[in-house]
Amino acid sequence: MSMKASNRQVDGVTVVDMSGRITLGEGSVVLRDSIRDLVGKGQKKILLNLGDVTYIDSSGIGELVSAFTAVRREGGELKLLNLTKKVHDLLQITKLYTVFDIKDDEAAAIQSFTK
Amino acid sequence: MTNRVSYTLESTLESVNQAEQKASEVAARAGLAEDEQYQVAMAVREAAVNAVLHGNAYDPGKRFMVAYETTRDALVITITDQGKGLDPDSLPDPLAPENLMKGSGRGIFLIRAFMDEVKIRNTNPGTEVTLIKHTGRNAANAKEEEAQ
Repeated sequence: MSMKASNRQVDGVTVVDMSGRITLGEGSVVLRDSIRDLVGKGQKKILLNLGDVTYIDSSGIGELVSAFTAVRREGGELKLLNLTKKVHDLLQITKLYTVFDIKDDEAAAIQSFTK
Repeated sequence: MTNRVSYTLESTLESVNQAEQKASEVAARAGLAEDEQYQVAMAVREAAVNAVLHGNAYDPGKRFMVAYETTRDALVITITDQGKGLDPDSLPDPLAPENLMKGSGRGIFLIRAFMDEVKIRNTNPGTEVTLIKHTGRNAANAKEEEAQ
């Protein structure tokens, strides 16, 4: 299953609904391009909804880290929403769970962004 | 009883997907639980990515080999590339604070996390990575021995 990403605006926050696999190649490129596009347009409050992401490999993890760093470098915030158990476990193993701001409720996640 | 099948694959991401898919099938046939099938498939994917990307560097003239072997008490998968070789001792620790926010360098770490045994051998030229997952009732014994 290839990866898809679609954006919607909620109270000044861009929610990126992602689905499929974030792996080396197409999946990682879709994520990278999405973030680059949003930051380029000045949209720096980004909530990545990973609820329908079925699989992430080490390249995908690296791409999440790069996205987080890129948004923060521009003075923005990137948070993760709705991790599956597999993705949750991967972030635990790699000690990135405490690096990312991870949410499981969209409304609360939206409210948590700096006004 | 031992079953062994091996494939020679082109240095492409399509081949990586094939190696991963086959690993998932072999792990299921070996009787591993669903989460262990996922772990084996991901370990094979990471090793295959290393073979294609870092080993063979997408060189169309180079191939990588994947051998799947099911023994009485283990699933043994060997991935061999034709690249310049890998020194496992030179790999940075992805959990170190200075590496935590790097965009790469977690492949071998995840392989080691997901498999029971990992052996990396420089084959001059090339690298051979052997992944072992214990299966069946002997798996519990092996893990206990490892913990002691």
